[in-house]
Amino acid sequence: MTTQAEIAPGVLQVTDRKSARAFVDTHIVPYADAYDRQGRVPEELLERMTAAGLWAPFLPGDSGGGGMDLVTLGEVHEEVGRGCSSVRSLLTVHTMVSWAVQRWGSPAQREQWVPALGRGDVLAAFCLSEPGAGSDASGIASNVVEKNGGWVLNGVKKWITNGQRADLFLVFARTATSIGAFLVPRDTPGVEVTPIEDVLGTRASMIAEISFRDVALGPDALLGPSGFTAGMVLTGTLDLGRYSVATGSVGIIQAALEACAAYASRRTVGGSLLKDLPLIQAKLSDMVTDARAARLLVAEAGRLKDAGEASTIMATWVAKYFASTAAARHASEAVQIHGANGCSHDYPVARLYRDAKVMEIIEGSNEIQRITIASQAEREII
Amino acid sequence: MSGNAKEQILDFVRARYPQAEIDETQDIFALGFVNSLFAMELVMFIEKTFEVTIPNDELKIDNFRSANTMAELVDRLSPARV
Repeated sequence: MTTQAEIAPGVLQVTDRKSARAFVDTHIVPYADAYDRQGRVPEELLERMTAAGLWAPFLPGDSGGGGMDLVTLGEVHEEVGRGCSSVRSLLTVHTMVSWAVQRWGSPAQREQWVPALGRGDVLAAFCLSEPGAGSDASGIASNVVEKNGGWVLNGVKKWITNGQRADLFLVFARTATSIGAFLVPRDTPGVEVTPIEDVLGTRASMIAEISFRDVALGPDALLGPSGFTAGMVLTGTLDLGRYSVATGSVGIIQAALEACAAYASRRTVGGSLLKDLPLIQAKLSDMVTDARAARLLVAEAGRLKDAGEASTIMATWVAKYFASTAAARHASEAVQIHGANGCSHDYPVARLYRDAKVMEIIEGSNEIQRITIASQAEREII
Repeated sequence: MSGNAKEQILDFVRARYPQAEIDETQDIFALGFVNSLFAMELVMFIEKTFEVTIPNDELKIDNFRSANTMAELVDRLSPARV
């Protein structure tokens, strides 16, 4: 049996922020702009991530993970997001599906999938959005019907992160009574993957449109019973995805800050270094402040998750809303600080700018987030 | 256990919807309070507060309709009853 060390010699296990930072600085940061231009993450990096135990370290030790707490997982995802939002996106969707199977799966489903997901032998993608339905899950048109004791799935999913590469899809589809979650291996007859190229941001996240035409599934494809539970599979899974996106947004702010601090320390204008100009200092100080504030909101959401507190769901909405809007704002300012250089491939800030915009849209658009946060406040305060 | 559980569950629901008048028998689904987010919060609250794990086959809507039915669920899942 091939060991992880043989697959990727010299790759150390990622167990915390420090080891994640070392992995990201060595294996991701130097290549992130190339991934962005190529529109994909190479297999070599995926193998290194497997060797580092990055895919699902929160799973229990006997399930291929390391039992990592979610605060630490958030710190790891922040570091990966600092290096490359596309790579962090792959981790996000894999995390979502791995958690869902561990949380909601039958013993047989967990035995079949969780260890392989934990090791990264099987990579997963989360299939909710459709050509006609994004944040509005009630608009899902994909459907399943019961047939011969199993299910037949039809529909089209769009904007599926890692859809080009993933081995297992968690597909949400309309049943006779509600919306169900179904585990669909990529090689099931009737599954067709069409790459979506040349998108605005997270360009290397291997996005795809996936068609399901009369896909016959066994009875064990349904994750959790349909009905009351199905809504929670979706809500709980999106909550974890939202948490990961929030952490990744903090990573974008940090990357913008680091890029700007380096640039402002050597670029001169009118005989002065940029870093000595008050307007530049104002921008940098706002980046520092928002990075710290967003990091604290994310850490609080993670702490509540680790404690099993129901309030983590709203804490995660707040963290994602704050972090993603701050990331978009500061990535824009980072381009501004870099001037024309910031519009080129020579500096990472153009990529950060495009990636940050995506953070305001995915895992619930910021408009949906504001509605949800306001309605919670209305119930509890007003 | 169940009397105490009922009160704790009612406190949780009332804290989320302070303007509503809810008693232990009322169907919170019929009152229109429950969306998928609140359903997830309810499950997390019950699991955390009463130190139980709700298996998939108990995640039925009828178990969550009222404080009474949720308290009965807690009673069924409580290790003390085993």
